[in-house]
Amino acid sequence: MYKYDEYDQQMVDTRVAEFRDQVRRRISGELTEDQFKPLRLQNGLYLQLHAYMLRVAVPYGTLNSTQMKLLGDIADKYDRGYGHFTTRQNIQYNWIKLEDTPDVLAELATVEMHAIQTSGNCIRNISSDQFAGAAADEIVDPRPYAELLRQWSSFHPEFLVLPRKFKIAVIASEKDRAAMRLHDIGIKMVRNDAGEIGAQFYAGGGMGRTPMIAPLIRDFVPLDQLITFSEACLRVYNRYGRRDNKYTARIKILVHELGKDEYIRQVEEEFAHLLTQPIEPPLAELERIRAHFTDPAFEAGAPDELDLSNPNFRLWVERNTTAHKQPGYIIATISLKPVGGIPGDASADQIRLMAQLGRDYSFDELRVTHSQNIVLPHIRKADLHTVWKALDEAGLATANIDTVGDIIACPGLDYCSLANARSIPVAQKISERFGSAEKQAEIGELKLKISGCINACGHHHAGHIGILGVDKKGVENYQLSFGGSEGADTSLAKITGPGFDEDGVVDAVEKATQVYLANKQGEERFLDTYRRIGMDPFKEAIYG
Amino acid sequence: MKILTGNDLKTGAVIWWTGVGWSLDVNDSADVEDHGPALIAREEGVQNVFAAYVVDGVKTGEGVRPAHIKERIRALGPTVRPDLTLKPSDPQAVNWVI
Repeated sequence: MYKYDEYDQQMVDTRVAEFRDQVRRRISGELTEDQFKPLRLQNGLYLQLHAYMLRVAVPYGTLNSTQMKLLGDIADKYDRGYGHFTTRQNIQYNWIKLEDTPDVLAELATVEMHAIQTSGNCIRNISSDQFAGAAADEIVDPRPYAELLRQWSSFHPEFLVLPRKFKIAVIASEKDRAAMRLHDIGIKMVRNDAGEIGAQFYAGGGMGRTPMIAPLIRDFVPLDQLITFSEACLRVYNRYGRRDNKYTARIKILVHELGKDEYIRQVEEEFAHLLTQPIEPPLAELERIRAHFTDPAFEAGAPDELDLSNPNFRLWVERNTTAHKQPGYIIATISLKPVGGIPGDASADQIRLMAQLGRDYSFDELRVTHSQNIVLPHIRKADLHTVWKALDEAGLATANIDTVGDIIACPGLDYCSLANARSIPVAQKISERFGSAEKQAEIGELKLKISGCINACGHHHAGHIGILGVDKKGVENYQLSFGGSEGADTSLAKITGPGFDEDGVVDAVEKATQVYLANKQGEERFLDTYRRIGMDPFKEAIYG
Repeated sequence: MKILTGNDLKTGAVIWWTGVGWSLDVNDSADVEDHGPALIAREEGVQNVFAAYVVDGVKTGEGVRPAHIKERIRALGPTVRPDLTLKPSDPQAVNWVI
């Protein structure tokens, strides 16, 4: 994985020193909160419902075990013994003290981490496929391109004060595991007819109060024009994006209002202009970055068989592992969704254990997924049972990936100052209702996502079943929706009808699964059956 | 009643105006009537509290309760982690929030 050079390290160290001085001046009274707020937000420090919250960036979700271990240590030393992994592949600490923040950032800097651009109207952490570099179905590792974009977008002076925040995802396989078309810019690495690698660009996607699927805006951008084209996309947005109303300020609104064709025309015009400027880094720089992402030293001829005689291990292998590109190896996803648990939360001890397993069994690598789970990307099949046993002893071996128990949920009103309703208790009740392995096996793949407000951090628009919490005259109410998807077949969920109270929405989800099971044909998933039979049978069961 | 809340500058902790100072416990809240804006200006000026605002509250037999669920959760702590609330030894304490 990428290793900081002296410039990277100096940038981060300088920022820590700068913020330390800003915190000192705030505490001494030299800075008012109005003056300080934009400064702390630029360093990922929010004020949430109960305390300050620090959001730490995990670039494209990739971590080494030293970094992961430190995340656990920080949870113990500066927070309350746990961290929350987010749908942006980052980690958040909910109880950080202002006076400790410079020390936290200084410790993060020692392992090449920071919280820069995890807030504010700038280009945020670049997200990617959690199986990058390991997946059998990718055409190339997308992370070198994500890293190039990270370097381009970090402290980019032109794009630090955009109309609104800006999120970019990079993938390199047909199966979209990063909700790529629901980003402001989605990039898919592709191979053209000549066999060359390039980038397919989508722009204007997003969730929030106005969900939109990003349209394709360019089929193929050569690698030696990747940054120039990205710059053109951002420039048009920065020039014409609405700054007078934050609800219409995202690029999706601009692309929608201009129309895709006009946005493309303006981007191409800007692109042509920029091609005359020497802004593209030389391909040698991309090669330098790519050299950090070479395959680990896989063992040739590693045994490809697994002993699945233990039924619990077998179930976990079936649910939580994915084919690896290297024979004899496998990708394991650690569920942070125990039955009745809090989606995405992990204790300091659990974080350190995952770090240790990454060090001992996965070539020092871990990944954070946008589904709020953790991945060990490169496990020898011969070691898999040992890894599973260690996870099981730590309460980390829940076998439920992509099932109804693998719920994405934002922090909701239990933690978030923007939320209108609690998300986590709903997730817990659904997880308990569908807790049995038999029930989950019967239902199969069902992606359920819960947001506590219209900002949609819980990705409810993209859930096969989505739940949105709203405030109805001071009482929590939950809108139910069906038919969303974040994969290659991206679609937006449709609301079923009137909302429910907390228990009512759990009952409604159960009724919906009964409709699915009664109507499914062959190997259809919930989503497939919904798409075939439509909303009416579900509405009849829920409201009839 | 009107109660005044804010956050402690150094820790970020939720605090409530008692009439003479600030407390972590909403039960200590005083009725600020229409003095909220003046108190906010004065207290934020001292720099130990920030993001202060006035919310509606109700005095019940069991203590002062903010009127809105959001403020009640803010007063106690996350309902899903009783161990992290102001009353960690009383898991039933979350019941007054909902």
